[in-house]
Amino acid sequence: MSANGTKIQIELKGVSKAYGGVIANKDISLQVPEGKITGLIGPNGSGKTTLFNSIVGYHPIDEGSIAFEGREISTLRVPEIARLGMLRTFQQTRIYKKMNCVENMVISISHRGGGGLAGVFKSAKDAATVERAEHLLEFVGLYSKRKLISGELSFGQQKLLEFAMALMNQPKVLLLDEPTAGINPTLINGLIDRLKRANEEFGVTLFVIEHNMRVIMNLAEKISCLAHGELLATGTPEDIQNDRRVIDAYLGAH
Amino acid sequence: MSARTLDFSVYAVLIAFALAAPFVFPNYTSQVAVMWLMVLMAVTWDMTGGQMGYNSLGNVIFFGLGMYASAVVQIGLVYDVAEYTSAFGAIVVDFNDTQYFTGLVLGIVAGGVVSTIFAIIVGPFMLGLRGPYFAIGTLGLAVAVAELVSGWEYVGGGGGISMPVYPGIAGEGSLVWYILLGLLALSAHLFCRWLYSTQFGLAINAIRDDEDKAEAMGIQTTRYKVVTWVASAFFMGMGGAVFGNMSGFIEPLEVAFPTTTFGIFMVAMALVGGKGTLWGPVLGAILFHVVKEWTWTYLLGWQWVALGAIIIINVVYFQQGILGWAQDKWPRLFGVSVDRGPSETSVEAAE
Repeated sequence: MSANGTKIQIELKGVSKAYGGVIANKDISLQVPEGKITGLIGPNGSGKTTLFNSIVGYHPIDEGSIAFEGREISTLRVPEIARLGMLRTFQQTRIYKKMNCVENMVISISHRGGGGLAGVFKSAKDAATVERAEHLLEFVGLYSKRKLISGELSFGQQKLLEFAMALMNQPKVLLLDEPTAGINPTLINGLIDRLKRANEEFGVTLFVIEHNMRVIMNLAEKISCLAHGELLATGTPEDIQNDRRVIDAYLGAH
Repeated sequence: MSARTLDFSVYAVLIAFALAAPFVFPNYTSQVAVMWLMVLMAVTWDMTGGQMGYNSLGNVIFFGLGMYASAVVQIGLVYDVAEYTSAFGAIVVDFNDTQYFTGLVLGIVAGGVVSTIFAIIVGPFMLGLRGPYFAIGTLGLAVAVAELVSGWEYVGGGGGISMPVYPGIAGEGSLVWYILLGLLALSAHLFCRWLYSTQFGLAINAIRDDEDKAEAMGIQTTRYKVVTWVASAFFMGMGGAVFGNMSGFIEPLEVAFPTTTFGIFMVAMALVGGKGTLWGPVLGAILFHVVKEWTWTYLLGWQWVALGAIIIINVVYFQQGILGWAQDKWPRLFGVSVDRGPSETSVEAAE
């Protein structure tokens, strides 16, 4: 429990990661509260995606600890962490491009509980699953494209599909790597609205990397800023906007 | 016509042909039997190659292991295998009908089981390799297995094994192999049709399209990959067991582990027909076999050139294969569509 009574869902303590001589993350400690939207900003190359990769188990960390709901996860691998209920989306959108949208959704159901192989021999057209898939596709506005091969969707639509796939998995936490990058400005408002609704209606904790300041200030309750691999500041959007060090980092002052 | 009716119409046509062929073309029973074997090979190869994106060049391992397993079981039931093989065919063992058919049934089962076990053991290691590394790795494994078997005196080494002779009247044997290979091809295809309709099928498609994403979504990729390869090995092992009996004589390099003929054919057939489609491998295998037999008859001396040309044209200009091309051209026939559903307005709002 933190001071204001919300539970801490992800807690990083002193996380460091270097690629050879390049220090991508240095001694980063931060907390992601449950049921909230937390932002992560920083100039290009400041180590945001590396930090995401560390959290979801994409590579081992050099030092520090990462806890998810109090459980140490820094030694677990990607699929194991995903099955605990922590998913990430990719900066370069990744979907199953030769399958149609509904199939993309159906195979994104939760694989939690370890389970034997028995459940997977259910029909790919299982009515309840398809209905939920279509409902979520409608939620992101892709219902009419549901039978289209997903690789033929526009980039923005693919991002929406990837987001819907993540929701299909019913995660506890969703780590979004630049959800609005490459999406046209009118679609961005719709996406912000859906991110907020996913957070409120489905109770999914969001941890969002974002370059678009308007988006992140609008979305997050708490924002952390990285620069040169180090944590610069954490605070409310107002604090961050007025933080001298953050402004300097973005404008390149020393 | 729904996909289901279409599927069953094609099954009906193929089964009707299969039943009629031995009577209509009695001189070609063996050739058509080999065609069913080719269908079996293409369909089982496509399970990993087409549906899962793991292009194996070593599936002949399962074919050969199945063949040797059945030989050892069939001979071993009646005779000491080491003595039998060391005599290089000089010993002709007389099997009575009961011994022969018991051995044959057990041998075919053993063929499937041994290949399955082998796939379970090597699967987790081999399937850790991706893309071209998996292809080369499986090819290397096939060559290594062939060499090991060549050096194993118990199963006759490079000299091979003469299989027990079918006890019935002349011509009956070839009909039996024909029926068995036809049934194996049909059951493998029905199995695949079912498998691809399940969420398991979606999972291996997901692995094909983006394995990293599949992992990030929590799919136990290794488990799916191994199970798929094992299922493919099971059918291929039984196919090898039947084909060994059909050949009458088996040896490691040309018959059991023919990496440069059947090993390549099974890939080429699936590619020609359209890999990753339910009927592509079947169509590819039938066409490939007909063309192959035709060139062997009329272009003797140039048959390998002709086959090579087909493979090159296929790989360079026509990668999606016949059914893959048809699917791109007439997507609606394959269930790809944009329908103007009730939520059209919400799409407009989102965009």
